[in-house]
Amino acid sequence: MSVLVGKDTKIVFQGITGSAGSFHAGQCIAYGSNVVAGCTPTRGGEVFKAEGPKGPVSVPVFDTVAESVKESGANTACIFVPPLGAADAILEAMDAGIDLIVAITEGIPVMDMIRVRRALETSSSTLIGPNCPGIITPGECKIGIMPGHIHLPGKIGVVSKSGTLTYEAVGQLTALGLGQSTCIGIGGDPVAGMDFIDCLKLFNEDPGTEAVIMMGEIGGNAEQNAAEWIKANMKKPVAGFIAGVTAPPGKRMGHAGAIISGGKGTADEKIAALEAAGVKVAPTPAEMGVTLQSLL
Amino acid sequence: MNIHEYQGKQIFARYGIPISKGYPAFSVDEAEAAAKKIIAETGSQVCVVKAQIHAGGRGKGGGVKVVKGVDAVKKVASEILGMQLITHQTGPEGQKVRRLYIEEGQDIARELYIGMVVDRDARRVALMASTEGGVEIEEVAEKSPEKLITEHIDPLLGLTPFQARKIAFALKVGDGVPEPKKTIAKFVDVLMKLGECFVKEDCALCEVNPMVITGKGEVIALDAKINFDANAEGRHKEWAELMDTDEEDAVEIEAKEVGLSYVSLDGNIGCLVNGAGLAMSTMDIIKHYGGEPANFLDVGGGATKEMVTKAFKMILSSDKVKGIFVNIFGGIMRCDVVAEGVVAATKELGLSVPLVVRLAGTNVEEGKKILNGSGLKIQAADSMGDGAQKIVAAVKA
Repeated sequence: MSVLVGKDTKIVFQGITGSAGSFHAGQCIAYGSNVVAGCTPTRGGEVFKAEGPKGPVSVPVFDTVAESVKESGANTACIFVPPLGAADAILEAMDAGIDLIVAITEGIPVMDMIRVRRALETSSSTLIGPNCPGIITPGECKIGIMPGHIHLPGKIGVVSKSGTLTYEAVGQLTALGLGQSTCIGIGGDPVAGMDFIDCLKLFNEDPGTEAVIMMGEIGGNAEQNAAEWIKANMKKPVAGFIAGVTAPPGKRMGHAGAIISGGKGTADEKIAALEAAGVKVAPTPAEMGVTLQSLL
Repeated sequence: MNIHEYQGKQIFARYGIPISKGYPAFSVDEAEAAAKKIIAETGSQVCVVKAQIHAGGRGKGGGVKVVKGVDAVKKVASEILGMQLITHQTGPEGQKVRRLYIEEGQDIARELYIGMVVDRDARRVALMASTEGGVEIEEVAEKSPEKLITEHIDPLLGLTPFQARKIAFALKVGDGVPEPKKTIAKFVDVLMKLGECFVKEDCALCEVNPMVITGKGEVIALDAKINFDANAEGRHKEWAELMDTDEEDAVEIEAKEVGLSYVSLDGNIGCLVNGAGLAMSTMDIIKHYGGEPANFLDVGGGATKEMVTKAFKMILSSDKVKGIFVNIFGGIMRCDVVAEGVVAATKELGLSVPLVVRLAGTNVEEGKKILNGSGLKIQAADSMGDGAQKIVAAVKA
């Protein structure tokens, strides 16, 4: 079992003809993900070719997402559109009735994302990202830029704001023989789609998930809010890690959201909140896997 | 990206937000000329000399002076220009003052605080206001949060007049002015324009501290602190001209130009990592084992050999670096590309400090082969923890 994506996921790749889009569409297809359509305005009618695990795959490209959905039955979108056009691409996917939208694009203006969040309030679509590695249910479906081969099917739910830190955690889990149900990268932007609580809720209800590991970072209150929710609702053990214990205030650490401002959003504050909620926080990033293991 | 007060006010003026008469000055002569103009235009001898640095708290630090007459302006300008201005936001070393803004004086009846910021929890722009203008707003938020009034802006509607009125009445803007109705209307108008400015200019933060009400009931933005959302740079070509490189860390600018994310820190262990979260965690684990990181450096997901070379050169050329830790978990980023970049940089600049490399993920074997064949003195690490302990030990040895 898993959450959000699995064998039935049919993907439309928005921006499939760009350099990053075509490379990663190829990688997702090679992993076995069911990419049924591509979408690039003015490139409709072209065919994207890639190598799947069972042989060559031909993906039709359409001008609009609506057409992609109508012709291919896509229910999930993966967005590789450049930053200034990405918010519009998300809105287009919502309008086409896509259930799950995974936005990989880094650097979308926050004002655009505020509009997208407002539009999501009256939409049935779910958004992951932007500025995230994507989502993977190991052995079934990979949507995004994570290296597929480090994953192992299993029962640990993974949710994280950071890409490579997620790979680090997954690598440690896999080395310990602890497979993953689904790994979700929610991204580190200040205004984004799913947050920790949205993901924890799904893992809490998923019979295929036994325990969860969450990786947060400095900036904002998302981890503190998640801690409160865990304390009140979580039925499964949770391990955690917060990056940025040593980050100086006022300096943006790569992610647009990773900044300690006005003395708020420090790692210490987040770790204390998580520990108070019964989450076991790994003392160093090298001990994320063993910390989770100790809870089983 | 931060800009100066006078630049912020030029933007305000475009939106019709009332500001005082004023002119920027880069020298004492220019300050004198500005003062003469202002005195001629206003008929008043009162001028304000304001240091232009990006940090707040300038007044308390001695960077803002109200004086009378041209000679006084000259004297104060010569004192402030070139000084190291220390405020609660600059750090103990302060920031050198290279620009001034000379403004007309105002008959200030009340000082209010108006600030706009992206509220991550609400996923909207928050407009905050307080009667405690002119002081540090962090202090107000901490000690008397009930004095901070907040309205969230719906992105589809924009700031609405009724929200602006709510703030006007909460702040009692009409109290003690000759024509309360007019002053309230002016205040509402200014807030509406600020709301429009924030969205159109892609601000991340916009503070007017203080927004003043004059004795005659005029509403004037006496300060302007604007921070732009760096992600929107692509649709604001005009930002390039507003950037003041003197206010930024030279190494950080250099890094940004080649697509790297770099932050200087105080320690002596240089770090090269892919991904922001892993880069931050690498700093943390170095500190955990008793070392001090010299930098945060994220080479990003899709870095080329040239970018890695550039990144490694930046670390190598820093005097304070006594050891280097390369920590890569290859996803899109291939370990062999990292290895090639490291080797290319050291060939050019040499390697006189200990180097610990931890590679994992995509193409890890190819990467290790390149490093082993390079003849460089490299300590290999199997994990992040192992690598951090090795580099800390090597630097202390």
